[in-house]
Amino acid sequence: MADKKTNSKKPTLFFLNKESEPLFSKKNRVLLTDPLDDNNPITVQVLGICSALAITVQLKPALVMSLSVVAVMGASNVIISLLRNLIPNRIRIIVQLVVVASMVILVDQILRAYAYDVSKQLSIFIGLIITNCIVMGRLEAFALGNGVWKSFLDGIGNAAGYGFILIVVAFFRELFGSGKLFGFQIIPESFYEMGYENNGLMLLSPMALITVGIFIWIQRARNRKLIEKN
Amino acid sequence: MNRDSNSYTFIFATIMVLVVASTLAFTASSLKSLQADNVRKEKMQNILSTIGIQTDREKAEQLYKNYIKGTLALDYLGNIDKTVDAFQIKLNSEIKKPANQQRFPLYKAVVENINYYIIPLRGSGLWDAIWGYIALKSDINTIQGAVFDHKAETAGLGAEITQQWFMNRFKEEKVFDTSGKLVGINVSKTNNDPKDIDKNDHEVDAISGATITGDGVTDMIIERLNHYLPYFEKEKNLVATIN
Repeated sequence: MADKKTNSKKPTLFFLNKESEPLFSKKNRVLLTDPLDDNNPITVQVLGICSALAITVQLKPALVMSLSVVAVMGASNVIISLLRNLIPNRIRIIVQLVVVASMVILVDQILRAYAYDVSKQLSIFIGLIITNCIVMGRLEAFALGNGVWKSFLDGIGNAAGYGFILIVVAFFRELFGSGKLFGFQIIPESFYEMGYENNGLMLLSPMALITVGIFIWIQRARNRKLIEKN
Repeated sequence: MNRDSNSYTFIFATIMVLVVASTLAFTASSLKSLQADNVRKEKMQNILSTIGIQTDREKAEQLYKNYIKGTLALDYLGNIDKTVDAFQIKLNSEIKKPANQQRFPLYKAVVENINYYIIPLRGSGLWDAIWGYIALKSDINTIQGAVFDHKAETAGLGAEITQQWFMNRFKEEKVFDTSGKLVGINVSKTNNDPKDIDKNDHEVDAISGATITGDGVTDMIIERLNHYLPYFEKEKNLVATIN
């Protein structure tokens, strides 16, 4: 990302003592909306594909996973941004990893105590957030060089961009793979009697890739500036 | 202080580790009792669901007291070991011991004057442990119900063993063949009875894409039930003499 190390000379700990920029100025809004389309982490940057394959078989885990990623990315971006002038350069990746991992463990522990059923539903997926390249990518590319508020927006925006794709893919995979949405039967019994079959291939990972591929195609047909010129 | 110096890096890393470790340790220990309580109630809920009593976690404790009339810890000869609280037996560490040192938990339920024997199961799936409970009717042969759970099976594939439609397939199946030999239940890919209408074939239909998890279910049922044979023998003789 182009916005590396834009610190002013005087170190600013909080967004409060920065030059008086409104909280939702145009520049800040872009941080939030850009990852949803023009700079989507999955379809444009092709990051986080691994978890997009693993957890999009059903809509519910995809949704809860998206919310957990929003929480983890928002929080870890803020923490790294707060510490950005203190983190030794040579171990910055380790520091980022430690921050992300502890956030994930915290989320997991809290879910286990207060939302046991949700945590059971997610099982390993929560742990998978640690390995999500988008989280580390944003810490490295953005939070290390930008203020707290901007980093927070960037984290939320990218997590939302990721979650959006997850939900779209899971919608189609669950609908065509098992005829359900959120576990409720959508395709009526009469269709099956007429010879309709669920597409078992939708449940397997390759179809997640193909669904993402189709999404990228549609997105680029709509948004011409994403097409590479060579 | 120079941020690139070795000493700064070491100091930073040390402080970071201390802060993170104490935060996580504090959270884990302060939430521990809540989490353990959830796990305990879920266990009761699972045991109850094998005999057809579906309940939410809050009511599980009361219903458990109403229906579960005995928790026995058996040794490998089928004798009851009264020094062990069967509910507290952790199967994950227990199954690593040699069979003659293990204690086998057994829950006896009574619903409307009918006895049920509930046996905890544990084995391995594809990625990690799978476990469950299986309830046998008073003939110690026909399955009343089964419930399965897993740690880390693939969602949509192996993880489907926790779905009601899969667990329902075990109902009314027999674990002994006609000659009285324990055969368990085979989660089968080559079964001629995909709707599970034949309840005497000792087979249920497997889940596509979940072969290894299914084999794990097959293995854990036969492996666990095997250890209860001496006790079942005694129990059957007892019933025979009463009749």
